[in-house]
Amino acid sequence: MRLHRKQTRGSGQARRESSRPRKALRTFVRNRLAVIGAVVLTGFVVCAIFAPYIAPHSPLQMDLTSLLKPPGTPGHLLGTDNLGRDVLSRLIYGSRISLSVGLVVVSVAAAIGTTLGLISGYFGRAADIVIMRLVEIFVAFPFLILVVAAIALLGPSLYNVMLVLGLVSWPIYARLVRSEVLAIRELPYIEAARAIGASNARIMFRHVLPNCLSSVLVTAAMSMAGAILSTAALGFLGLGVQPPTPEWGMMLNEAKRFLRIHPWQIFYPGVAIMLVVLALNFLGDGLRDALDPHLRR
Amino acid sequence: MISYIVRRFLIAIPVLLGITFITFALVSFAPGDPISAMLMASEQLNPDLADSLREFYGLDQPWYVQYTTYMGNLLRGNLGLSIASRASIAISIRQFLPNTMLLAFSSMLVALLIAIPVGIISATRRNSIFDYGSLTIAMFGVSMPSFWLGLMLMILFGLRWRVLPLYGMGEWSNGPWDVISHLILPSVTLGAAMAALLARLTRASLLQVLSEDYVRTARAKGLRQRVVLYKHALRNILLPVVTAAGLQFGRLLGGAFIVESIFSWPGMGKYTLYAINVRDYPVIQGTTLVFALSFIVVTLIVDVTYTFIDPRIRYD
Repeated sequence: MRLHRKQTRGSGQARRESSRPRKALRTFVRNRLAVIGAVVLTGFVVCAIFAPYIAPHSPLQMDLTSLLKPPGTPGHLLGTDNLGRDVLSRLIYGSRISLSVGLVVVSVAAAIGTTLGLISGYFGRAADIVIMRLVEIFVAFPFLILVVAAIALLGPSLYNVMLVLGLVSWPIYARLVRSEVLAIRELPYIEAARAIGASNARIMFRHVLPNCLSSVLVTAAMSMAGAILSTAALGFLGLGVQPPTPEWGMMLNEAKRFLRIHPWQIFYPGVAIMLVVLALNFLGDGLRDALDPHLRR
Repeated sequence: MISYIVRRFLIAIPVLLGITFITFALVSFAPGDPISAMLMASEQLNPDLADSLREFYGLDQPWYVQYTTYMGNLLRGNLGLSIASRASIAISIRQFLPNTMLLAFSSMLVALLIAIPVGIISATRRNSIFDYGSLTIAMFGVSMPSFWLGLMLMILFGLRWRVLPLYGMGEWSNGPWDVISHLILPSVTLGAAMAALLARLTRASLLQVLSEDYVRTARAKGLRQRVVLYKHALRNILLPVVTAAGLQFGRLLGGAFIVESIFSWPGMGKYTLYAINVRDYPVIQGTTLVFALSFIVVTLIVDVTYTFIDPRIRYD
C-alpha cells in the first residue's frame, strides 16, 4: 500500500488536508449537471437584473398592428402576443417576478421553519408537540388549494403571493431542522458547551444551527424550484401578479385562449419555467452531493 | 390493528379541527363577502334584499357564532348551501368527488405503469443509454409545469392529430370508450410528473436492494436474473415506493384541479375553482375539508397497507 505523500513528510507535521468548503466545492464542480444548472441560473439572474438593457422592446408596449405574429418576424425574435407585445421582452422581464418571488418565499419559509425546527428539536416536550401538530395541520392541507383559496380571499397581488407561499412552505424546513437538531443535540461538544455555561440561545445559534445549514441550503434550492412552479400556477389561474405586468404563468394563461389559432404562444413561457426549475433542481442535487456529510465519498 | 385505526382517527380529529378553523379564519379575513360580490354582479339585488340574504346565511353574526353554527351543522353531515347556486354542497360534492377520484386513480395507474418498468430497466442496465435517457426525461418531467404539459398534449393530440377529445368527461351511457378517451389526456398530464418521481425512486431503491447480501446469495445459488428480481428484489422496494405513491396520491387530489380546469373535467377541482372565483365561501370550506379528510384517509390506508407488505411491521 503506497503511503500518501503527505504522510511521509519529514518533520512529523502533517500538512492540513483541504478544508470542508474546499472539498465541497471540488465535488460540486465535478458534477457537470450541477455546473450547467448554476450557469443557467446565473443567466436568468443576469436577465432579471439587467432586463432593461437586454430586452429588445418594452414589455408593456402594445403594437396593435402586429398581433399574434409568429416567431421569426423581424424585430420580434419570438413573435408577439395577442396585444402586439414582444414575447421575448416579456419573457426577460418575467424572470424578475419569478426569481424574486422564489427568493423571498424561500427566505421567509426557511427563516420561520428553521427557527421553529430549532426550538422544537432543542427544547423538546411541550414546544415540540405543539409545533409538530402545527406542522401536521399545514401538511394535511392540499398545498395548492390552500394557496389558491388564500390568494383568492386576500386579493391577487405580488405581495400576497409571496406572503401566502412563504407561510405555506415552512413545514418542510421545520421537520428537516428538527430531525437534524435531535441528532446533534446528543453530541459531546454540545454537552461540553453546556458544561461551560453557555446559554441555550448561544448553543442553539452558535453550535447547532451551523451544522444544519447545509441541509437547509439544499432544501432551499429545491423548494425555490417549487415556489417558481407555484407562482406560475397562480399566474395561470389569474391569481398572481395582475396584467399588464409580464409573468410567465400569466403569459400561458393568455396564450391558452388562442390555442387553436396560434399554438406557438404556449411554448415559450413554459420552456422558460422549465429551464429555471430544471437548473434549480440540478443545482440542488449537486449541492446535496457536495454538502451532505452522510454520503460516503 | 382496529385499535390502531381508531387511534389514528382520534388523532386526526384535532388536525381536522385545526383545518376547519384555519379555513374559517381565512374566510373571515377576506374583504367583502359573497353577497356584496353578488350585489355588484346583478342588478336585481338591492341592499334590503342583500341584508336579508346575509341574515339567511348567518353572515351578520360575529365569527365565533358562525363557527360554532358551522361546526354544529357539520357534525350532522350538513355542509350548508352554496351561495352561488343554492344547491346543497354535500350533494354537489357527492356528485363531483367520484369523478375526481376516477381521474386520480387513472393518473396513478399511468404513473405506475410507466415508472416501475422504467425504474427496473434503469436499475438493471445501469449507466446505459437507457438509464441516462430515462433519468434525463424524468428530470424534465419533474420540472415541467403540469398545466403546460396539459396544454402541449392538447395541441398535439387534440388539434394537430385530432385523435382525442379535449374537453369534458363524456358519458358512461355512451359506452366506456367515451369516458376513457376523455380520461386519457388529463391522466397522462397528471401522471407524468408522478411517473418521473416514482421512476427515480424505483431505480434508487432497486439499486440499493440489488447490492444487498441476500441478492448476492440468490445469484450465487444460480438463480436467473428474472427470478432474482421478481422473487427477492422487487418485494423489498415495495415499501418506499408505496409510501411515495400514497403521498403523491394525496397531493394528486389537490393538484388535480388545475388540470381539471384546463380539460373541463367535472370534478372537485373545477367546482372549488369556480367557487373561489365567485367567493362562494361555504363551498370553499366544504371542499377544503373534504380534500383534507381524503388526504388523511389515504395516508391511513397506506400505513395499514404497510403491515401487509412487510409482516415485521406491527402497530400493536
